[in-house]
Amino acid sequence: MPSSKRQWLWFLINIVILAGIFTLVQYMIATRMLNQYYQINLASMCINIILAVSLNLINGFTGQLSLGHAGFMAVGAYVAAVCTKSMDLSFIPAIIAGSLAAALAGLIIGVPTLRLRGDYLAIATLGFGEIIRVILQNIEEVGGPAGIVGIERLTTWPYLFLATVITIIVIQNLINSSYGRAIISVREDEVAAEMMGVNTTWYKVMAFMIGAGFAGLAGALFAHYFYIIKPDTFNFLKSFDILVMVVLGGLGSTTGAILAAIFITVLTAYLQAFPAIRMIIYAMILILVMIYRPQGLLGNKELTRKTFSRFWGGSA
Amino acid sequence: MVEFLQQMVNGLSLGAIYALIALGYTMVYGIILLINFAHGDIMMVGAYVGFFSITMLGSNVFVALLFAMLACAALGVLIEKIAYKPLRNSTRLAALITAIGASLFLEYVTIFFLTPQQRVFPAEAFPMHQYQIMGLYISNKDIFIVVLAVILMIMLQYIVKRTRAGKAMRAVSLDREAAMLMGISVDKTISFTFALGSALAAAAGVLIGLYYGTINPLMGIIPGLKAFVAAVLGGIGIIPGAMVGGFLMGILETMVSGYGSSMYRDAVAFGVLILILLIKPTGIFGRNDSEKV
Repeated sequence: MPSSKRQWLWFLINIVILAGIFTLVQYMIATRMLNQYYQINLASMCINIILAVSLNLINGFTGQLSLGHAGFMAVGAYVAAVCTKSMDLSFIPAIIAGSLAAALAGLIIGVPTLRLRGDYLAIATLGFGEIIRVILQNIEEVGGPAGIVGIERLTTWPYLFLATVITIIVIQNLINSSYGRAIISVREDEVAAEMMGVNTTWYKVMAFMIGAGFAGLAGALFAHYFYIIKPDTFNFLKSFDILVMVVLGGLGSTTGAILAAIFITVLTAYLQAFPAIRMIIYAMILILVMIYRPQGLLGNKELTRKTFSRFWGGSA
Repeated sequence: MVEFLQQMVNGLSLGAIYALIALGYTMVYGIILLINFAHGDIMMVGAYVGFFSITMLGSNVFVALLFAMLACAALGVLIEKIAYKPLRNSTRLAALITAIGASLFLEYVTIFFLTPQQRVFPAEAFPMHQYQIMGLYISNKDIFIVVLAVILMIMLQYIVKRTRAGKAMRAVSLDREAAMLMGISVDKTISFTFALGSALAAAAGVLIGLYYGTINPLMGIIPGLKAFVAAVLGGIGIIPGAMVGGFLMGILETMVSGYGSSMYRDAVAFGVLILILLIKPTGIFGRNDSEKV
């Protein structure tokens, strides 16, 4: 919570800015200034931001390379879709159910695998992501390989905006709390953190669970925006997509992840007709960023008021 | 019983292919502690080189194998020099992400130039004969795959155990700094390891083309992952482990598709991986090393 007068002021300014963005877009949608094409890309943008910021919590801040993020997204999408379609729940309880189910999947997968280190963890999470996909393919009740079709479009701009803002605020506040310090200490030096009395497994599982939960949220929004979900949508290439955003933005920078998610969404929209070129560019991004700037474009720095005021020569 | 043995036979040839791929993973991991994600895709390139040398140059299977192995050995060294060498002293996370990048790069450059559609591996390059021995159906293809794989493995074992280059490889994997102080060229040794591993992968690629009959630019992903699981199963970094792990993996997979559901075939590999990692992360042949601070 803001303490001094100055912080209150900035807090209010932030709220005004957010409300401004929200109203502006809402107005543009209502007056049809934004056509269907832009609206779809806007929705993907919000969903990608949620995915990138939540994966960044696991990969960037906790330092545990997870390659199964699309799997958690699938859990959220399927649970939420089943809730609204077969169980006649309304949208908000369905989203919450989807997120909780994904978080639970994160817990179940996290407890055994997070004892593994580094590259083993990466492969194990990749494996789990694929197992989730294969299981979904084999459940006839959710359409098997064809997936669920005809999901009602319930995701609207207010939901997207709210979900994105909540994701960013929750993860940002978590990082700045004492939990966050513990999480970062795990990334910096696991052995040293353990020596200092940090229960590293618990913090890793917690971060993993929260990240998975938000991926589920993104999945739930995705399912209720694009009408159709099928297991193949959530294969490991989707996980790599999210990884590219996190790597590009900076492992451990929330603003970096947001900017990269926006950039990648726009890039994807432009290269829609050339999927091979898009993937070649992704590959180049991964290799070049790792060789020349292994900490990602923003590293672990955040884009804040201070960054801007430094540009303008003023003092924050 | 006959059916069980039949599944074993089917599993052996698939297992031989996995073992060949797993060897590359395990050698590279043993020497620079990197999971070479691009390894499966090197195998795919090998399959394509084999395909084109059969269809365009009209060569027979052995010449195609040779071409594929040479081309992929060069490709492996090139990837190592461009993508992995600059990262040798950075974090393992960075190297792993680069490897994922290299893998995507190979896949989509191939798609870009050769279209994503699958190609039929020329069957006339290897006329099929099926033999019936004691009630078991064995094709000459199965025999060829297993025999070739075993020959390559014996050659590898000879190189690693009996030659100077192999001695250097073992030294670098044991302790890179000490090896360097003893006058071993670490760069050359690592390149040599990549060349060997990639050549084996290329052979596996051509064999997979023969085995399944079709090839496509994304064919390397799933066999690559399964071979990685095989390497972990045998104990990553341990060469005999990769061979045993590969055969086990292949047999297990055919058993599952034979007796269970072929839909779960791909999930089984990952299930095995997670079980090993939980029960004995060092694999069947692995020793337990505690982490040093």
